[in-house]
Amino acid sequence: MIAPAKTRTTDHFMQHAAGDKRYKILEAHIKKSQYQQDALIEVLHKAQELFGYLEDEVLRYVAWQLKLPASRVYGVATFYHFFTLKPQGAHTCVVCLGTACYVKGANHILTAVEEHAGIKAGGTTEDSQLSLLTARCIGACGIAPAVVYDGTVTPRQTAETALEQIRKWVAS
Amino acid sequence: MNQLELQQIKDRELAARKKIVLRCCMAAGCTSSDSKGVKECLERAVAEAGLQNEVEVRGVGCMKLCCAGPLVQVDPAETLFANVTAETAPSIIAALKGGTAKPEQVDPRSSFFTLQKSVVLANSGIIDPERIESYIAADGYTALLNALTAQDPKSVVETIVSSGLRGRGGAGFPTGLKWGTVAKSPGARKYVVCNADEGDPGAFMDRSVLESDPHAVLEGMAIAAYAVGADQGFIYVRAEYPLAISRLRTAIKHAKNLGLLGSGIFDSPFNFNIDLRIGAGAFVCGEETALMASIEGKRGTPRPRPPFPAESGLWGCPTLINNVETLANIAPIIRNGAAWFSDIGTLRSKGTKVFALAGKIKNTGLIEVPMGTPLRTIVEDMGGGAPDGRDIKAVQTGGPSGGCIPSQHLDIPVDYESLSTLGSIMGSGGMIVMDDSTHMVDVARFFMEFCMDESCGKCIPCRAGTVQMHHLLEKILARKATVRDLAKLEDLCDMVRSTSLCGLGQTAPNPVTSTLRFFRHEYEALLQPDPYGPRAAAPEPEPLTETAAPAN
Repeated sequence: MIAPAKTRTTDHFMQHAAGDKRYKILEAHIKKSQYQQDALIEVLHKAQELFGYLEDEVLRYVAWQLKLPASRVYGVATFYHFFTLKPQGAHTCVVCLGTACYVKGANHILTAVEEHAGIKAGGTTEDSQLSLLTARCIGACGIAPAVVYDGTVTPRQTAETALEQIRKWVAS
Repeated sequence: MNQLELQQIKDRELAARKKIVLRCCMAAGCTSSDSKGVKECLERAVAEAGLQNEVEVRGVGCMKLCCAGPLVQVDPAETLFANVTAETAPSIIAALKGGTAKPEQVDPRSSFFTLQKSVVLANSGIIDPERIESYIAADGYTALLNALTAQDPKSVVETIVSSGLRGRGGAGFPTGLKWGTVAKSPGARKYVVCNADEGDPGAFMDRSVLESDPHAVLEGMAIAAYAVGADQGFIYVRAEYPLAISRLRTAIKHAKNLGLLGSGIFDSPFNFNIDLRIGAGAFVCGEETALMASIEGKRGTPRPRPPFPAESGLWGCPTLINNVETLANIAPIIRNGAAWFSDIGTLRSKGTKVFALAGKIKNTGLIEVPMGTPLRTIVEDMGGGAPDGRDIKAVQTGGPSGGCIPSQHLDIPVDYESLSTLGSIMGSGGMIVMDDSTHMVDVARFFMEFCMDESCGKCIPCRAGTVQMHHLLEKILARKATVRDLAKLEDLCDMVRSTSLCGLGQTAPNPVTSTLRFFRHEYEALLQPDPYGPRAAAPEPEPLTETAAPAN
């Protein structure tokens, strides 16, 4: 006899927390928010911090924990730019394309990196070393153009300085 | 916490002040140029020179001249050092004992600084944003004390009404009126929301305020909550501002520890708590109904108004939503009185406005000027004009909802009404200067691409219209468009503006219409001859007549 779908999924999700430490931390975080459904975005932030990206299984797990339809969780995860459903490279390079950065030539930096790495903005190199992203504005307009290398905002960049940094990553 | 304890904290803090104070900028702009390392070097140099009892190295918020960061100011001598590095920092300490300081100096009495009028930024770059005592020493939380102990909620609302304060988020709605509506709305539960989702590209005023003076926002929110009868507040802040988030977390924790947030504040029956909500990178969440959906953990899509949030907001309860800068104005107004505030600025735009000056200009950074200051004063006297001897071509205000003000109109006073006569808006305060190397059609395309990407997709005019407008702008830039495409673009602008659901779509055409208004020749120079001849001669479809209609 096949077990009812609901019991099976519960077992299935319970195993996650038992086997993977990251699920355990996520569970504690959800518990802290008292399983409130309106904490969905906070929970997804935490999940992305733990897993690096939001894989399908994580989204299903969050839906199960918060008793939300999977469609709602997927809908929220895909709506916001900050959430990524694809694994990221070892290094991330975020080129700010805010107005101040743009008028000071941020698009040239982006093109140079795209050509050098052979990927488009939003993509990751085949060897999973580099993810190239763009930002709408990181609020660093006073020091434009700014690029964020692995989470560190770096002021007054040019195509040359950006490529230099990327070569350094590849070399290390 | 009561008045006496507040005074004691202030006295203790002032008594502990040292003779010489080195203020080191620790806002996001300078920290990205390693101001943290500079501060550590300064502290080490002070210890090595044995000056711990005379010199205090204080990490402060934004010191405004971002282009010259990291900045260090030595007080009371008022010497401002720019571009300080970890290597040159120790020489500043050596100079205190008669040596020479290596970093270059900037005149703190230059017009960039002297033409500013600080209300919102009064503590920015002065106090340590990570210590609540530093804020209390600058008379922090006295406005809340005064409101809670000496005024009833109604008179607080009246003070804000008579101050003439208008919303600093962009639209300029009278703040007092909004407060009054929420206060009058029936409901056992009410909320106060601080909109810190500063999505406009080229704007960083709210980030600076949150990083430099987070308690001013908390105090403003608490006063607002008292005035409208709320006991729960939310700050919705962008995930792109990690430093602002961490400073807010610290500030909320400290305020709770001292009993300035929580229950029975200042021994009154007033309770108020604040929770942080972190955005996830959607520009549309700056729109108030979308922001509320996001706080409720949903997709940030707007809904039609009415009902306005003041009547039915978060979870259906009356909700007051104010921008960061608006809330930062509240404590100074309560402290100094409505008349003091309404003396600043113009007849219909009171107070000051903070602008983020960026783009092709010598002095980039944060400025706060009285409303009505001529744009020329801001970009030429304070900003120092365009670098490399180029000419200023236009100033863009209001982000993707705003417009470009051409150089021939630089003499207009900066206030809500004057900017709108030129087809731009005050916006949240981003001010991007463009020089003659900037192509205006490309600027319009840049903003349209932004709106296209950020459209939430709920209503069709915005979702489909922005794509079509972007396509037409690309076509014009590729020199493939004719005068008919330009006409179609103008029609689309009109349609998207008048039929979109929320502010994002309604204002998305602004960058196109304002550049078309002042730089039409740049568009026309890219047009190709129309293969069908001039537009007027184009074949018009035959009107349907009785005889032409097919017989049934």
